[in-house]
Amino acid sequence: MGSGDTFGMPIAHAVASGMNGLRAAGDLVARLEMAKGMRLTEAKRTVAEALGVSAADLSDPLVMHEVRGELRLGRIFEAETTHPHDPSPQEAKVTIRAMLGLG
Amino acid sequence: MEAPPDKQGGGAVEPRIVTRQGDGSAVELTRSELRSELEEGTRAAAARARAPELAPDELDHLLDIFASRARFSAVDIGDEVVLSFDGSGTPQQGGRVDALVQYEQCLGADSCELYHIDYSYKAVKTIVGAEQQAMKEAQERVTIPVHYGAQPDLGRYSRPDGPCGNWSELLPAMRIDEARAAQEEAVELAVVDMVHVAGELYEAGADGVNFDTAAAAGDADFLATLLAVERLRARYPAMGIMVGMAAEIVLGTHGELEFRGTRLAGLKPEGQCRVVQEAGATIYGPAVNVNTSRTVAWNVARALTFMKPCMDVARIPVHANVGMGVGGVPMNAFSPVDAVSRCSRACVDILHVDGL
Repeated sequence: MGSGDTFGMPIAHAVASGMNGLRAAGDLVARLEMAKGMRLTEAKRTVAEALGVSAADLSDPLVMHEVRGELRLGRIFEAETTHPHDPSPQEAKVTIRAMLGLG
Repeated sequence: MEAPPDKQGGGAVEPRIVTRQGDGSAVELTRSELRSELEEGTRAAAARARAPELAPDELDHLLDIFASRARFSAVDIGDEVVLSFDGSGTPQQGGRVDALVQYEQCLGADSCELYHIDYSYKAVKTIVGAEQQAMKEAQERVTIPVHYGAQPDLGRYSRPDGPCGNWSELLPAMRIDEARAAQEEAVELAVVDMVHVAGELYEAGADGVNFDTAAAAGDADFLATLLAVERLRARYPAMGIMVGMAAEIVLGTHGELEFRGTRLAGLKPEGQCRVVQEAGATIYGPAVNVNTSRTVAWNVARALTFMKPCMDVARIPVHANVGMGVGGVPMNAFSPVDAVSRCSRACVDILHVDGL
């Protein structure tokens, strides 16, 4: 999407329809769509298989927070739940690319 | 003084529901009036696009969405899609890369886009080294995909901003041949710039590149975009390339330009999708502009009718444009979330898009 204030546009769409990126598995699905032109259903299935979860789990933040931690794919943190030993973004992306076959 | 009318006559009054106009202002309509808005919207688009109207069950579903009194609407759990952005971040968020980190950590974004405020490939050409440095920093700090985006903006190549003749002046003067020649010259220059900038940002680490508002200056603008995509695909087989459109119909500013045998003037989302994926893009983004004098419901029904045919021909993901003034979203910089969420859900539920 394009112009619009932060609350009215990206936040509204993310809450209404989004997979929510690092909170779940949205970034992984997005990578397959952009890099390989893969349609949503196939991208979700591919990511689910790579992670060893069901497609329904991909947008579940509780499931994905644990999975991302175990597989070292990077995840969000907040003031009282920090992850100082999580991989750096660069390290996480190397792991993600290898897992998704993105080279 | 006459006696008051008999109040026991007449039927029940339909309750009125708060909804929005295309400019974001609130209005109250009855359920029946909302139904009429949806039917008129799809009818208008079907006539203009020569496409089928939305099915009765689709209109029923849209009516349920728009007749709800809820402040917010959302897709069913499990039907979520991925979001892409034409530029991520606002000044309040600090630096440009700080904004991308916030998109990842605080806004639940699936991807984000580094961009320059002068959102034009021609403008970025002169500062591409600085943009590469910013992309490097972004890739060091952000885990979600970071794309780079700008607009083809063919008009910038015409005088006084560029070296080519100004077709906006030549056309009204009926100097058609000169106008066409000017656009053809601009296309060549724009393609070189877009390929250069996109290539440099990709080599600096961008996870993909975005050509936003393609065809904003008509069919020549669209041709420049398609040629740039074609050349980038040949040079970078693994590059992610997104092409987002400017409008539902490509204007024939030139009128005779073709891409691989397909005339570009007059293309609607179905035809746009065909040529975009043929050129080698990995994501296509249709855009349907909002009529601010009509309701959001009317605009959404119209937008969905225009976009729906492209879903049948798409081999690549379709990310419907739902920013300010497109896809039914009100033309307002501070859109009410009741309207935005309804547009968001409508695109997913009816079109089954791959993203927004």
